[in-house]
Amino acid sequence: MTDKTVLNATHRALGARMVDFGGWDMPINYGSQIEEHHAVRRDAGMFDVSHMTVVDLHGARTREFLRHLLANNVDKLKVAGKALYSCMLDERGGVIDDLIVYFLGEEFFRLVVNAGTRAKDLAWIERQAKAFDVDVKERPEFAMIAVQGPNARAKVLGLLHEVDRPRIEQLGKFAAAAAQGPHGMPLFVARTGYTGEDGFEIIVPEADAVALWQALAAAGVAPAGLGARDTLRLEAGMNLYGQDMDESVTPWEANLGWTVALDQGRDFIGRGALEQQKAAGAPRVMVGLVLDEKGVLRHGQKVLTARGEGEILSGSFAPTLGKAIAFARIPAGEPGELRVDIRGREVPVRLVKYPFVRDGKACDGV
Amino acid sequence: MSEIPGDLKFLKSHEWARVEDDGLVRVGISDHAQGQLGDLVYVELPELGAAVTAGSGVAVVESVKAASDIYAPVSGEIVEVNELLNDKPEIINEDAFGEGWIFLVRPSDRAELDELLDAKDYEALVEDEDH
Repeated sequence: MTDKTVLNATHRALGARMVDFGGWDMPINYGSQIEEHHAVRRDAGMFDVSHMTVVDLHGARTREFLRHLLANNVDKLKVAGKALYSCMLDERGGVIDDLIVYFLGEEFFRLVVNAGTRAKDLAWIERQAKAFDVDVKERPEFAMIAVQGPNARAKVLGLLHEVDRPRIEQLGKFAAAAAQGPHGMPLFVARTGYTGEDGFEIIVPEADAVALWQALAAAGVAPAGLGARDTLRLEAGMNLYGQDMDESVTPWEANLGWTVALDQGRDFIGRGALEQQKAAGAPRVMVGLVLDEKGVLRHGQKVLTARGEGEILSGSFAPTLGKAIAFARIPAGEPGELRVDIRGREVPVRLVKYPFVRDGKACDGV
Repeated sequence: MSEIPGDLKFLKSHEWARVEDDGLVRVGISDHAQGQLGDLVYVELPELGAAVTAGSGVAVVESVKAASDIYAPVSGEIVEVNELLNDKPEIINEDAFGEGWIFLVRPSDRAELDELLDAKDYEALVEDEDH
């Protein structure tokens, strides 16, 4: 039995092609995935991301608990509403999940974790929370709509109660605040996203989600499916859990070192293993690849380097660039000329720094 | 989904075959197949003059989402390929049963055509898949 978000009937009425995504019946596109991708890069698009899991943490020792649970340091969160991206690691330094944590009060933090990892995340968080007397509460009664694109914020702002508009307009990147939407519906508006464009991710009570979706559509925001979400986040250089990293991979090997805070004296889960690997040097690295000839790089293809074989992680045709791009994990060290095995043919690829696309345009060297 | 033309024969793997007036067999993928694949971004065409065997992979279509082998519905020789697809693979999305044809075969054994599904059987197969 697949789960359905509260917007399921809305997607079907729009003619969406539905697929099973981690046990959820979700729209992969509403017609053309490429057009949806361009709508987000050029104007504004919206995604139903209600399948993602919202977990609220309450208790006097919540901050102390998160210092222990997360590889990034929640002490960077000083102002209410600020958000932080972090990995949650196991004792071996393997990535259990990546998530966003919001600081909502000294005794109240909110996590948004992946849908596909919901059960194991909740089990892990609850187990770790006991020692800190922190209450872990899933919030399945919330839906979530991501509105992304250069015009996304303006279109959302137009739907907010006028007293909230200036405050939400001034919301900094990676910060969130409450606001009233159409008909006074209560919204949690975060200036975050997974596309490389500006925009908001909006948490809304399930009962109001369809009305919010319709209001956004009427404001000219194009529905976009998970297919476009995937190509957008890949162009933007953002990892996908399960494809680019999992428990068998440390943040060093997933290009997520920037999210690890090895600050003095903080004993977070996995720290020992990470320090050991850092001292010894990670055996594998994650890199960006571009294919200049025709063809498409795909998950699982073999990458040939001077140091041995690697593997394509996320790979796809990139609509903004008109060619294929990928993340790959390859042996550390000077890789030499890189080739990818595409159905028995060895095709040369270029190693590039990513993100591949920023602000709607190809980055230098891509 | 667009109407399935009655003069087409099908493989279960969603290729269509149309016998032209000159006896050559034109091959493409069904509208259902293009819909499943989503936006096509690349077509690997067979080589002109290549000998193909019924049921063997002779071309590849790639969408943003996936790569899919295209099997030959009949054995024979490739006598023409749809070069337009090199630059505009999306023609298959727009007109799978017409302008989006992929290659033309001179069949070596016309009896193989009898092994294929007719339009009605193919329609039934697609409906089964959808439910």
